[in-house]
Amino acid sequence: MRLRMMKGLILAIASMAPLGAMAGTYDLVIDEQIVNITGKDKKAMTINGQLPGPTLRFKEGEDVTINVTNRLDVDSSIHWHGLLLPYQMDGVPGISFDGIKPGETFSYQFPIKQSGTYWYHSHSGFQEQEGVFGSIVIEAEKREPFKVDREYVVMLSDWSDETGDQIFANLKAQSDYYNYSQQTVGDFFDDVKANGWSAALKDRLSWGSMRMMPTDIADVSGYTFLMNGKAPETNWTALFEKGERIRLRFINGSAMSYFDVRIPGLEMTVVQSDGNNVQPVTVDEFRIAVAETYDVIVRPREDKAFTIFAESVSRTGYARGTLAPREGMAAEVPELRDSLLLTMSDMSMASMGGMDHSSMAGMEGMDHSKMAGMADMKGMDHSKMAGMADMKGMDHSKMAGMADMKGMDHSKMAGMADMKGMDHSKMAGMAGMEAMDHSKMMMGSSSANSDYAPGSGLTPEAANGGKFLVYADLKAQTPFADYREPDREIELRLTGNMERYFWSINGIKYSDAEPVRLKMGERVRIKFVNDTMMMHPMHLHGMWMQLDKGNGRFSPLKHTVNVAPNTTLTVDVPVDALGEWAFHCHLMYHMAAGMFRKVIVEEAVVPAAAQ
Amino acid sequence: MTVKKTACASALLLGATLALGVSSFASAEMKDDSIMTKFMLDRFETRHQDGEDVLSWEAQINARTDYQGMAFKTSGERLNNGPTESAEHQLLYQRLVSEFFDAQFGIRYDSQPGPSRTYAVAGLQGLAPYWFEVDANLFLSNKGDVSASIEAEYDLLLTQRLVLQPSAELTVAFSDDEEIGVGSGLSSAEVGVRLRYEISRKFTPYVGVNWEKSFGNTADFAREEGEDTEVGSVVIGVSAWF
Repeated sequence: MRLRMMKGLILAIASMAPLGAMAGTYDLVIDEQIVNITGKDKKAMTINGQLPGPTLRFKEGEDVTINVTNRLDVDSSIHWHGLLLPYQMDGVPGISFDGIKPGETFSYQFPIKQSGTYWYHSHSGFQEQEGVFGSIVIEAEKREPFKVDREYVVMLSDWSDETGDQIFANLKAQSDYYNYSQQTVGDFFDDVKANGWSAALKDRLSWGSMRMMPTDIADVSGYTFLMNGKAPETNWTALFEKGERIRLRFINGSAMSYFDVRIPGLEMTVVQSDGNNVQPVTVDEFRIAVAETYDVIVRPREDKAFTIFAESVSRTGYARGTLAPREGMAAEVPELRDSLLLTMSDMSMASMGGMDHSSMAGMEGMDHSKMAGMADMKGMDHSKMAGMADMKGMDHSKMAGMADMKGMDHSKMAGMADMKGMDHSKMAGMAGMEAMDHSKMMMGSSSANSDYAPGSGLTPEAANGGKFLVYADLKAQTPFADYREPDREIELRLTGNMERYFWSINGIKYSDAEPVRLKMGERVRIKFVNDTMMMHPMHLHGMWMQLDKGNGRFSPLKHTVNVAPNTTLTVDVPVDALGEWAFHCHLMYHMAAGMFRKVIVEEAVVPAAAQ
Repeated sequence: MTVKKTACASALLLGATLALGVSSFASAEMKDDSIMTKFMLDRFETRHQDGEDVLSWEAQINARTDYQGMAFKTSGERLNNGPTESAEHQLLYQRLVSEFFDAQFGIRYDSQPGPSRTYAVAGLQGLAPYWFEVDANLFLSNKGDVSASIEAEYDLLLTQRLVLQPSAELTVAFSDDEEIGVGSGLSSAEVGVRLRYEISRKFTPYVGVNWEKSFGNTADFAREEGEDTEVGSVVIGVSAWF
């Protein structure tokens, strides 16, 4: 496959000087061609002969015209992910327009009102999975609050030799079709050895009673993970000179795959997410949900190669590239870490609905992975550990041991933030817990700020033990002007049925659902409650979601937010774009199965009161 | 013969499903309400028993949306190079009634040498807690006799691809129907263990053992006919779906 991304990518931001009224015309042609990514020739869908498509470089303030020609034999479309534009230009067939028929050209025209890193992709069928996606870089009108010497787009994607239709049909016919890391008899005996018969058996029974698998991290496997369209062994390379500041624009253009991203040996300073500048935060690793973007700045001070390592959260593979002072260099490529296992913390009460009460009776059924949240407790002194140890048993009498922990001094509590987890979700299903005073359980005054349910098996940890980015770290660079209490709240429960591969919102699929109606000018709080055991990257078209992680008017603006299993995430939407918009889970097969809503923004009858 | 029959049934099913008007394509772009078809050959095996080989099959075709649709089930046995000993076909309407179960209603027709019966069927099929695949049915024959059957399977993963599957089926009759050799009470039980290797999810050869026994009046009727009341066999076969 021929990619000619380098030319565009190697260009540093030459000039920040704002230009006057600009107009640019861009042509994209969607076509089919044979590519060979895995060693097998396979038909892919490409844009201008490339996979991913070309990087579109716009300037803030520019009026763009993008002519998209469809040379496929099916309808196609391009959606400009994260861009603020008139809804008719948003590119969602059936909502914003009718799609682009085979052989036709659609002319998208809209002003560019923002800057940053974005991307575009087909919103028709499963074309995005098969290659119809690319990156967008918008140069800011004003000077950016950071300086870089070079920049590169790092587009992550997942490639399958199967078509999207085949994958979807397989998932519908057998939802565990792609899960080849299910628990075997051998795993059971390993657990017996580690935790004893009773614990191992109870663990299996509690999962079995729900008919769920702790290994359900990703629905689809068999992917080859690509960095800028290149397989790991092809080693996409970005050049630098030692001491330079390099901006890496990470985009997750995958259909189904989340990545944990790190560059061993380099700290990364996150300066932007979803196109919006954030206060710089230096991390060792971050997780990028499907459809999110993160811009990071790295500064290699040595004349050597560094591996850009994007490990799929399913731990079935990685995308990899190299930052190098010269072509042809490579650094050590880390081993894949052990696969994650969901825990009971990742199960909401809703998903446990059908559960047999008795089966949950003992927390001793917890396996080691579930205790993970407690690993930090090593800082505690011994006497207090005793109380903790009791938690394993978790019957009534032993709860006393928990109460004791309240008495712990504060410094020690810090490490225990995760202990919080021992309460709500895990306990929820447990017999005898009703008698407990919840408030007592809420120890660990300082929250760990984890984006995952306390004790969740998905909680990320930096490979080097260092700092892993959490959502609360993202603080907008500038305060949001119209920050205020929301006018109302809408609860959206993310729901599904793993066994049958149903995905829905509030238990209702797209085809059966009424649109969500919003009024122009209002500020709506959306409360996502994830009742499923999977992560869902929720994406709202046309308007920002202001991620509420306690940062007030510095809450960052996002187009896609990850909602972890058995957690609640709130975002505030400043409703400022009339029309009909799509709102959906960006996991392609969840979207196709119905985890999708149409949002209609109507003119307010009475203009919203100014605040 | 089986193949032709199933192809026929398949066409019939699709027609029936479409005729039900279960699907309204709210949006051409979304696939959340489309009709899916799945042909499952659960067992297609040779049973080696007491010097004679018997061909046994069990298959199901679904044509449905997420919530409802049609199912065609067929199972039976025939002697190698011989006549069909017994065959059972069901055409059912199915509807999702809980997260993991479909209720099924329809007709069953048995074709076998000698007298045959047609039944009304009501059943439940789905995944029970602890990963048991269950198919439970109640039958009312055109002679007014009521019977019931329950079938359960469990997959024990030895490795990701090597799977041991114990299975059991019990049949109970609530009255005698001597003509077809069914007596009231627990009439028959079938227990098997199959070890399969998943070459792919869709194609799995297996070997195993199977044991069938008839009880009570049913066993008495069998003895009067000079038939065995207990048959053990070694099986080799394939399961597949597409």
